[in-house]
Amino acid sequence: MTHAFYVYGSYGFAALVTVAVTLWTWADGRARRKELAALEASGIRRRSARAKDGE
Amino acid sequence: MSETSLAITKFSDLANPTRFLALAARILPWMAAFTALCFVVGLYLSFTTEGDYQQGETVRIMYIHVPAAWLSMMGYTIMSLSAIGTLVWRHPLADVSAKAAAPLGAAFTLIALVTGSLWGKPMWGTWWVWDARLTSVFILFLMYLGLIALNRAIDEPSKAARVSAVLILVGFVNIPIIKFSVDWWNTLHQSASVLRLDGPAIDPEFLRPLLVMAVAFTALFFTLHITAMRNEIWRRRVAAQRRMAARLASREG
Repeated sequence: MTHAFYVYGSYGFAALVTVAVTLWTWADGRARRKELAALEASGIRRRSARAKDGE
Repeated sequence: MSETSLAITKFSDLANPTRFLALAARILPWMAAFTALCFVVGLYLSFTTEGDYQQGETVRIMYIHVPAAWLSMMGYTIMSLSAIGTLVWRHPLADVSAKAAAPLGAAFTLIALVTGSLWGKPMWGTWWVWDARLTSVFILFLMYLGLIALNRAIDEPSKAARVSAVLILVGFVNIPIIKFSVDWWNTLHQSASVLRLDGPAIDPEFLRPLLVMAVAFTALFFTLHITAMRNEIWRRRVAAQRRMAARLASREG
């Protein structure tokens, strides 16, 4: 392939950025889910959730 | 009120973050699968179609450069619509949407700039020129970074939302400048060849991979945007519950 450096360089860079953004978004979601679970475990819930439980 | 159903019957029902989370959980796996499928087909087409008689193999760079550039503008347009939602209706999800779109828009703008540069070196003989199109997109990239920094610099969420929304709308002036820069000024960057009143000016051989990759990139953007919005709602809930826990602790203490 002619200009292989430029073509593969472009695809490589685009892949790097999209994969990094996807992993970052996924990791952020996981971390927030863990925080919410930890709060729930310590008995802190949203008002709406508490109302449903009849507390 | 007895209405506790999470069913979404009209668009305004999405205003409820809990309903939004339920919808996101339902559609995200499908969106991710659709995105992956589009990328498989798009990448296959990108590397199996013919090279251009003038550009040679570098035409393949266009299959990622053009969709990324299109998303860089769509991302900002979504942020602007969200900013209107924040300022006019004080919609709680509007600010979440704007905040979630900013890093994604910045990422796709960076891809457009770098791939454009990698195409420019062999085809134009230069990595970069300060022509109207390239400069206006570079300014868009800086605006994304500035908006992310501004939003994070203000601690109070409702104030951060309002200030960011005003700046987003001021910055929207750059979007038509980017779009029409190639018509208004004499630029090294070529003028529009896909979205034209007289139809696309490029051969179907190149149009096919380009359109599939455009769908794939757009699907990726929306998948990530909805995921990031869900994360932001969770982040705000964690913050609210921590505040509540601190209040309860101080009352008991």
